[in-house]
Amino acid sequence: MNSWVDLNIIAIVLMNFMMLSSSRIRICIRVVAIQGILIGLMPLLAGVHSTTYASLVSLSISIALKGIVFPYLLLRALQKADIRKEVEPIGGYPLSLLMGVILFLVSCWLSSRLIYAKPLFSNLVVPVSFATFFTGALIIVSRTKAITQVLGYLMMENGIYLFGSALLGGQSLLVELAILLDIFVAVFVMGIAIFHISREFDHIDTQNLTELKDWVPSKQE
Amino acid sequence: MYAKVTQLILIFLISPFLFGVINRIKAFFAGRKGIPLLQTYYDIFKLLRKGAVYSKTTTWIFIAGPIISLSALVCACAFIPFAGHRAFFSFEGDIVLFIYLLGLARFFTVLAALDTGSSFEGMGASREVQFAVFAEPALFLSLAALVRITGTMSLSDIFANTTINTLTTLDPAILLVIGALFIIFLTENSRIPVDDPNTHLELTMIHEVMVLDHGGIDFAYILYGVAVKFWILGTLLMSIIFRTNSGIVFFDYAVFIFGMIVLAVAVGIVESIMARLRLFKVPNLLIVALALSVLALTLTMRI
Repeated sequence: MNSWVDLNIIAIVLMNFMMLSSSRIRICIRVVAIQGILIGLMPLLAGVHSTTYASLVSLSISIALKGIVFPYLLLRALQKADIRKEVEPIGGYPLSLLMGVILFLVSCWLSSRLIYAKPLFSNLVVPVSFATFFTGALIIVSRTKAITQVLGYLMMENGIYLFGSALLGGQSLLVELAILLDIFVAVFVMGIAIFHISREFDHIDTQNLTELKDWVPSKQE
Repeated sequence: MYAKVTQLILIFLISPFLFGVINRIKAFFAGRKGIPLLQTYYDIFKLLRKGAVYSKTTTWIFIAGPIISLSALVCACAFIPFAGHRAFFSFEGDIVLFIYLLGLARFFTVLAALDTGSSFEGMGASREVQFAVFAEPALFLSLAALVRITGTMSLSDIFANTTINTLTTLDPAILLVIGALFIIFLTENSRIPVDDPNTHLELTMIHEVMVLDHGGIDFAYILYGVAVKFWILGTLLMSIIFRTNSGIVFFDYAVFIFGMIVLAVAVGIVESIMARLRLFKVPNLLIVALALSVLALTLTMRI
């Protein structure tokens, strides 16, 4: 077993935990970007299908998007909306970190139950991609700021990409590119949306959006 | 047999010295001269010559607490390998006994603190136990990961098998265990990211507040127990990272003791450059240790 691949996978899991425990959005954005780069580099480290021209193009596109373009867009949105810290997530940081550990165990169990083709590298890839996917979902559910939810979305995409690159190899090229395009548009649109929300409401806390209802004239004093 | 007795005597003699090293490093960073390297020994001898004052609210538990804690820790010493050589006692499964001896020491420190009837000490006891809830499973799981890697349940065998060779192959599980053990090491010895051994600020103390009412001989026991515990948990860490297996026994010993001093220097540096965490952030750090050890264990289960 290639130990660099293993180390890389461990780094990806640690990024999940870091994402769950960090309260600074700036750090969260970088963590997701670095995770994207690490996942992009994975096939190169493992030495699979790195020879085909097409897969190299797909790799470099995905690394460029996730490592440079997305963080740039999000950091710009962050600057425009003038936010620095995430508010305490639902349930607090220790609980969400503990949930992350439990989700990791669940994904280990899940991947031992599923029947799939042998991954192109390291057996750990499948549980880790599930764990990344679930962690992204957990972040979408438990965080209250729109920008962190976008990060959760990106993290889910990271998980899917890792799964695809491990099990499908180069064949998934077209699908991956299509997904990347979707994500790109989503992040782009969310960047603008976050800016508008924050200009309109002075904050981007989605918790308050649940209270939207028909406008009722306030009581006359 | 002589070698094993020598090991124990060395542990008992050297362990308070490490605190002197830590203090020197901190003093160096702060630009001070620092207290003598042997200050912990002076303190212990000074306290041993003094009598103790007991409050009327305390019972025999208060007197028994430090004695039982120290003896549990001394027993735990007999199970940890020294410089990769076999420990004084070892049998299959002594790892569980070892962890429970540490637990016993903690339990009686907490009990003695509660016995004083002071709400202040109760606060410290509650904090100590609250953090132990996270630190102990992490210790258990990281040792379990080592058990899975080496395939043996005795501390002596585990550390005889996890050599530097496993490190050079960059076994990720071992690296994770080292990370988890370092956090546990700092927590259990009430070192800076978790607790500050020097401060006597009421709101944030953990270990110091529990032993505040002990005096004289009892406090000497506690002080010595803390030093021994530092050595025990440090050994778990350094036996993985830093030791040699040359044929010459005393060369190995010297290298290992040097390794422990390096660890003390590392702790001193951490204490000098880091601020302690806010109290409610500590569980976060401990859950990180837990996560690392869970990860290490799963890695070893799958491969």
